Amino acid sequence: MDFLAIFNSSISFILAPTTIAYALATLGLAVHFGFGGLLNMGMAGFMALGAYGYAIGVLTFGLPWYFAAFVGIGASVVFALILGIPTLRLRGDYLAIVTIAAAEIVRLLLLSSAFGGITGSADGLSGFNGPGGTITNPTVGAGGFNESNPIPPGDYGFVPFLDNERTWYLRIVGIIILTLAIFLVWRLVNSPWGRVIKGIREDEDAVRSLGKNVFAYKMQALIIGGVLGALGGLMLAFSTNVNSSVYVTSLTFFLWTALLLGGAATVFGPLAGSIIFWVLQAFLGLLFPALADAGLMPFTTIQAAQIKYIIVGFALVLLVVYRPQGLFGNKKELTFVK
Amino acid sequence: MASKTEIPVVETKDLFAGYLPGVNILNGTNLYANKGELIGIIGPNGAGKSTLLKAIFGLVKVREGSITLNGDDITGLKANQLVARGVGFVPQSNNVFPSLTIEENLQMGLYQNPSAYNERLEFVTSIFAELGKRLKQRAGSLSGGERQMVAMSRALMMDPTVLLLDEPSAGLSPVRQDEAFIRVSEINRAGVTTIMVEQNARRCLQICDRGYVLDQGKDAYTGTGRDLLNDPKVIGLYLGTLGA
Amino acid sequence: MSSNESSSTPVKSTGLHVGAIKPGVAKKDPILVADGVHRQFGGLVAVDVEHVEIPRNAITALIGPNGAGKTTFFNLLTGFDQPDRGAWSFNGNSLAKLSAFKVARRGLIRTFQLTKALGLLTVMDNMKLGSTEQTGEKLSASLFPFLWKKQEIEIEAKALEILTRFKLDTKRDDFAASLSGGQRKLLEMARALMTNPELVMLDEPMAGVNPALTQSLLDHILNLKKDGMTVLFVEHDMQMVRHIADWVIVMAEGKVVAEGAPDEVMKNPAVIDAYLGSHQDIDLGAVTGRITLPKISKEK
Repeated sequence: MDFLAIFNSSISFILAPTTIAYALATLGLAVHFGFGGLLNMGMAGFMALGAYGYAIGVLTFGLPWYFAAFVGIGASVVFALILGIPTLRLRGDYLAIVTIAAAEIVRLLLLSSAFGGITGSADGLSGFNGPGGTITNPTVGAGGFNESNPIPPGDYGFVPFLDNERTWYLRIVGIIILTLAIFLVWRLVNSPWGRVIKGIREDEDAVRSLGKNVFAYKMQALIIGGVLGALGGLMLAFSTNVNSSVYVTSLTFFLWTALLLGGAATVFGPLAGSIIFWVLQAFLGLLFPALADAGLMPFTTIQAAQIKYIIVGFALVLLVVYRPQGLFGNKKELTFVK
Repeated sequence: MASKTEIPVVETKDLFAGYLPGVNILNGTNLYANKGELIGIIGPNGAGKSTLLKAIFGLVKVREGSITLNGDDITGLKANQLVARGVGFVPQSNNVFPSLTIEENLQMGLYQNPSAYNERLEFVTSIFAELGKRLKQRAGSLSGGERQMVAMSRALMMDPTVLLLDEPSAGLSPVRQDEAFIRVSEINRAGVTTIMVEQNARRCLQICDRGYVLDQGKDAYTGTGRDLLNDPKVIGLYLGTLGA
Repeated sequence: MSSNESSSTPVKSTGLHVGAIKPGVAKKDPILVADGVHRQFGGLVAVDVEHVEIPRNAITALIGPNGAGKTTFFNLLTGFDQPDRGAWSFNGNSLAKLSAFKVARRGLIRTFQLTKALGLLTVMDNMKLGSTEQTGEKLSASLFPFLWKKQEIEIEAKALEILTRFKLDTKRDDFAASLSGGQRKLLEMARALMTNPELVMLDEPMAGVNPALTQSLLDHILNLKKDGMTVLFVEHDMQMVRHIADWVIVMAEGKVVAEGAPDEVMKNPAVIDAYLGSHQDIDLGAVTGRITLPKISKEK
């Protein structure tokens, strides 16, 4: 058993593009639930729209990657409006139910062969980060994401952070976006707007009685969190291909685990939670199969790889029961803890 | 002032209790009730009045001190064990089963000893005549004051050793409040030892035998109802001069 | 008029009505007029008010048994519930069909039976939330502190001034959840003042408040009148009503059944039967036979 390899592999997830993608989406969830009290159980749907919107923007419409990214963001805004307008005037539980269903509808639409021409249905889409162009004409059109990479080809860094120029570019772009996002959320939350949102989270009627348009505030929070989710999906799309099988309900619950782990109503909690989540996931995902291989566990390698999911489930339950405020949260501020 | 001549029905000694870890609501409360007495507990918000009642009924964890029932130590016993020993508790709200009829609510009070039903029903309707006429009415259709009456009756069905009432007049209009207090007085006159916690200090003290004024979790003043009602300190701090 | 004046004998406003006193009597200077307001829940008619007018710059008490429709009426007037039919106007402008937050913006502020002091925010944040003048509350402006920092300082100063009057200034940085029930009621009232309301509607402001704190709450309500505001409050505490109300409106079973000056209304036999009870001023110890009263004239 090669512990060093397992260790290095796990640590490499600290600032892997996937981790950054999760951090963005979890930050969106923090805006929705941690600060706004909105129960969004369909964040995977926002991520899917961000990713697919971008991919389709490049492949079907031949847009350069930076415009195509806005297609993804725009799609998530529309999605938020569709979700919010009917449900935000109702009790929070309704939003939860609607978002689970809506995210699945999005996934199934993307999976369906009816739109296979645009979405690639079960195969998904790929090749949109390359030199650019359309599905039918891959070399024609504006530049792709990978084309904009200024770093010369080669491997940089040191183990466990030894990667090629594409990954480094992706990581840097991701960190820039994440930093901007965290800064923006931090500004928002500590402003009078943030104060109104925190009031709404606790008691809408009290805030209404003071003359604030509660529906508008909730809608704004839903859109902002949704855009962050879309950016998370975008990061995933930049790093590889897009496939609807990624944007399943379990993804949403992994995001919730990361959120509660770091602290639902904090600005840095989502980042911390995502990092810990991914490092642990990677570690367990490599450890157990290795143990099984070495004969130390009575499972096959494939079975052992699934154990981590059971552990994640357990961890989520223990978290909610014993430390709902997560790492950085303040128990006094939480509305879902009595 | 009445003294402890016999073994009191309920006695708490230096009681400390609270809800959140590390925070005590009761800070050493001493109280006793002799057989047949009507005891009133008044005091400002947050003083621990309801907490004291809930501690006696086993709904709040006692951290220090003791509670005895007719001399037996009941500290730490759970509510269902206390009901078996005859402690009847009437909460302030959510005190009837709205989907059940009045009759069924009363039957719930007896589920530990169903055979005594007829006898107890006679006793209860001797105090609350109108109940006997409306046994089939759904409790959910009753007003707040009427529910209070049903809730108290349910507790009376079990022939309680002691009756604990949590703010029986809360949320009621003046005429219903007066009715509630008169009712409590009549229940006590029929021989039931009663301890009541109240916001309406004036009315409470007008009918009780002895009272305790709770402040910050301790019994600050005690005496007969009349003495407390006329005590200038109590008036100044707790009763307010408007009603005097 | 100094605000330090003892309120043991508040100055009552008189002459508020026009013509003979009856339910729905017109007022000389009404701030709120309601017509034909009807609200039904299934088969139960909760509110059925033909006509009622609330006098400006006076303190009006709304009394009546539980289930009379008082809180429902409050909810209807302030946009927290929609009537089946009816019209009402505030300063001559119709409020019907306006949502709750828009009603509040017009200057009509209400408090709630179960206090809504936001426990997870600090006292000062609660107060700041009350202000209607913070542009930083708009999403676009919130990202640029230079746009709202100055207003924040002004608002904080105003909040502190009000908190000091309510004796809550030392608690400014505490979470509102750590305040006692009575203090939370005070906070809700103080927060309402931040909106510069014209009409303040208080739903059972005394409920659950320690009797000794009652006097200071009453003084605050009287000060609202001194500062030119109009007050409409729901209460069960007749002592309080008699003490500070200029006008009393009695509701029963959804309708306005009586109106008038407090003393008059409380002598009304129908009101006594349905609401006050005949033992209003009598020691219950005497009623229950526990004591025998000496033969002296009955006091208030």
